[in-house]
Amino acid sequence: MSGAQSTYTPKTGIGRWVDARMPLPRLMHDSFVAYPVPRNLNYAYTFGGILSIMLVVQILTGVVLAMHYAANTEIAFGSVEKIMRDVNSGWLLRYLHANGASFFFVAVYVHIFRGLYYGSYKAPRELLWILGCIIYLLMMATAFMGYVLPWGQMSFWGATVITGFFTAIPLVGEWIQQLLLGGFAVDNPTLNRFYSLHYLLPFMIAGVVVLHVWALHVTGQTNPTGIEVKSKTDTLPFTPYATVKDGFAMVLFLIVFAYFVFYIPNFLGHPDNYIEADPLKTPAHIVPEWYFLPFYAILRAVTFDIGPINSKLGGVLAMFGSIAVLFVVPWLDTSKVRSAVYRPWFKLFFWLFLVNAVFLGWLGSRPAEGIYVTLMQLGTLYYFAFFLIIMPLLGLIETPRRLPNSITEAVLDKNKGGSGSPAGATAAPEGRG
Amino acid sequence: MSATDSTEHTRRDFLYVATGMAGVVGAAAVAWPFIDQMRPDASTRALASIQVDISAVEPGMSLTVKWRGKPVFIRNRTEEEVLAARDVPLDDLKDPLARNANLTGQEPATDAARSAGEGRENWLVMIGVCTHLGCVPLGQAGDFGGWFCPCHGSHYDTAGRIRRGPAPENLYIPTFEFVSDSVVQIG
Amino acid sequence: MKTIFRGAITLGLVLATALAAGAAEEEGGTPHYPIKKPTEENWSFEGPFGTYDKGQLQRGFKVYREVCAVCHSLDYVAFRNLEDLGYSEAQVRAIASEYEVEDGPDSFGDMFMRPAKPSDTFPPPFANPEQAAAANNGAVPPDFSLIAKARAVERGFPTFVFDVFTQYAESGVDYIHALLTGYQDPPEGVEVPEGTYYNPYFLSGSSLAMAQPLFDGLVTYDDGAPETVDQYARDVSAFLMWAAEPHLEERKRTGFNVMVFLVLFGALVYLTKRKVWSTTEH
Repeated sequence: MSGAQSTYTPKTGIGRWVDARMPLPRLMHDSFVAYPVPRNLNYAYTFGGILSIMLVVQILTGVVLAMHYAANTEIAFGSVEKIMRDVNSGWLLRYLHANGASFFFVAVYVHIFRGLYYGSYKAPRELLWILGCIIYLLMMATAFMGYVLPWGQMSFWGATVITGFFTAIPLVGEWIQQLLLGGFAVDNPTLNRFYSLHYLLPFMIAGVVVLHVWALHVTGQTNPTGIEVKSKTDTLPFTPYATVKDGFAMVLFLIVFAYFVFYIPNFLGHPDNYIEADPLKTPAHIVPEWYFLPFYAILRAVTFDIGPINSKLGGVLAMFGSIAVLFVVPWLDTSKVRSAVYRPWFKLFFWLFLVNAVFLGWLGSRPAEGIYVTLMQLGTLYYFAFFLIIMPLLGLIETPRRLPNSITEAVLDKNKGGSGSPAGATAAPEGRG
Repeated sequence: MSATDSTEHTRRDFLYVATGMAGVVGAAAVAWPFIDQMRPDASTRALASIQVDISAVEPGMSLTVKWRGKPVFIRNRTEEEVLAARDVPLDDLKDPLARNANLTGQEPATDAARSAGEGRENWLVMIGVCTHLGCVPLGQAGDFGGWFCPCHGSHYDTAGRIRRGPAPENLYIPTFEFVSDSVVQIG
Repeated sequence: MKTIFRGAITLGLVLATALAAGAAEEEGGTPHYPIKKPTEENWSFEGPFGTYDKGQLQRGFKVYREVCAVCHSLDYVAFRNLEDLGYSEAQVRAIASEYEVEDGPDSFGDMFMRPAKPSDTFPPPFANPEQAAAANNGAVPPDFSLIAKARAVERGFPTFVFDVFTQYAESGVDYIHALLTGYQDPPEGVEVPEGTYYNPYFLSGSSLAMAQPLFDGLVTYDDGAPETVDQYARDVSAFLMWAAEPHLEERKRTGFNVMVFLVLFGALVYLTKRKVWSTTEH
């Protein structure tokens, strides 16, 4: 997939025969063995690999759960209980799948924030970033529809609230909602179509992931310095260097994941979802899964009408806007310097943004009353200000720190400054592309 | 290459092999639940044996019950049927074995070995699935007055033994016992 | 990496201040239930090596059978599951046969009642929710199969963060125990709606439709355990935890093996990683 010259030479006769007809081994070799990666990637860059593992975990556990699940409102809840009680290893598979969704989002959030911090979205990687945003959107849709399937109280009322967003749209809102639900309320047709789509979307995600990796391998990875690769000494072959580092990070990630699955499997879930759905009785507090909470806070921050837009539509627009704004980030950032490492002010605002996002998440779990509403509004304000005001303006007025000449120089400088180890033979940068 | 170099080499190779092996072991362990979940689950296994009331089954009548998802024929045979089955020389049988799960497995397919045993020779309990490709044979039909499978034309006699047609074996007899004179437990 | 850690610490501090501000504001608003939070009890099944106490489960089952089962169903639990409580197959068969379940249709097309078999689930006390409501003053007694996982009092910040490290997953049983032992006379000036009973531990109000169900000496124990409300509540809570999470022991046991493997494997991969990178500055 990389634009670089292929170094693959098949060693056997069969290898040459295949290579001449369908060079899949060559593609694999060029993409995951010889592919050059910057030598200074830190552990924040391992989450792409972790995400692909999580996607595989979710698809595999999902496929086997589908062998036992029944998408019918009469028996859906019971079929999940059957999985938990009677199916061999069923409890394990379901807890893996349910917690896997959460950990998929943990990984994707680290991945997104890493991209924001190191300016990975900047030219020439705009398409790479947008493909990532599409994956994130698909993930949200998949997770939402998956949460409906156990047919618990939160499943039902979550689906009711979220499909209710569409009624905010003037004129056609009602029509769209009924189109999504297949009825006048969440019911059997809704459950059936959500099941169908929940099974389909992960494969669409996998497809977009292929495009995402393709785009990545065309432009090459960014790195903490934000400087492009200029010479061969700046990079290392993907295998073994990146594979083993990614592998180590994956094991660490899996340790935390396993801790949740085996010891506190219901920590991230909601107790109300162990009550079968009852269309006549709403739980006292409806909260979405934790990974949607910041957006839920933004939705509820708009409690006032803006001109002709009433507060309901305003909230929905703000919520969708908060995701839509991610798509245009590459053009909102006007800075000439890519990485936050060399942008003292951006760094400050970035961390503030991260704190704000977590804070919004916590607010999302609070009832929309009293001080919380004000805090939600402040949080929402900063969320949008970060993208729409700070990003464009800061690029114009901020004075970045001096950049090193190359990745190699940055690495050697750091090591000299740190431990005083002697510079290796590869110290001299071999010219600048 | 110096001595230290080569020990360094061995130690590194050992590390790589150990890590690779551990990875393989881990992957194999993970694969197990994915295979395990396909086996019959606890609720299915709990239904592995059933009890059937046969007090109302008069001679010449049959009862079909579902056991482990398959039909089981319980037939109270008439005197003529029993005699007809007994008269068949063993050499005429296509499958010489009794196929009775309650016996050791090597018994010849005599009528006694096919029936419910001494004192209950009139009773025949068989899984109603053709041993050819799994269709359900029709009762009291076919050239031998026993069962006839319409799918591919297999004829069974009044002891459920294959006499003509593509089926290779006699109809299987599941494990069962008479809990009392009127209740039979299958499985 | 260092900046990330520093950022995380700053994040924590800012968050804590903000939350403290939020919490302070909460006082004096609309009343939040429960009025009192449940106390954390000791359970044999808590922690990474927790296991069920079979004697306790059998006692809890007795309490459920003699008291709770009059109104509360146990839809997803089958008699065969009772073998987990230490009963033999024959004992399970005997327990099951004490219950009547509907079966059919028979050869005349009629439904009939027969003694339950181990493969049957517990028959519900009421035929349908409408009948349950009519018999209980309009309030449907909830099913008990999952109640220990379906009830939890919110832990709040920062307790819920500590809960990750202490593996606190007993909020359901703590709540049930607190509710069953928490019936008391309403304080001065608190009006209790007719047909309901004051209990400050109730999750969604100050009083609930269920009267105090347990009294000292109500259920006879034959293993010498104290016949007190507290002990009954403790035992039935443990029983309900088992009913909701029958594979808990297996889960924690598997978990230990998985953790040991992952840590060892992680160490190996780390050493490999160090070796691979040892000749390269990065």
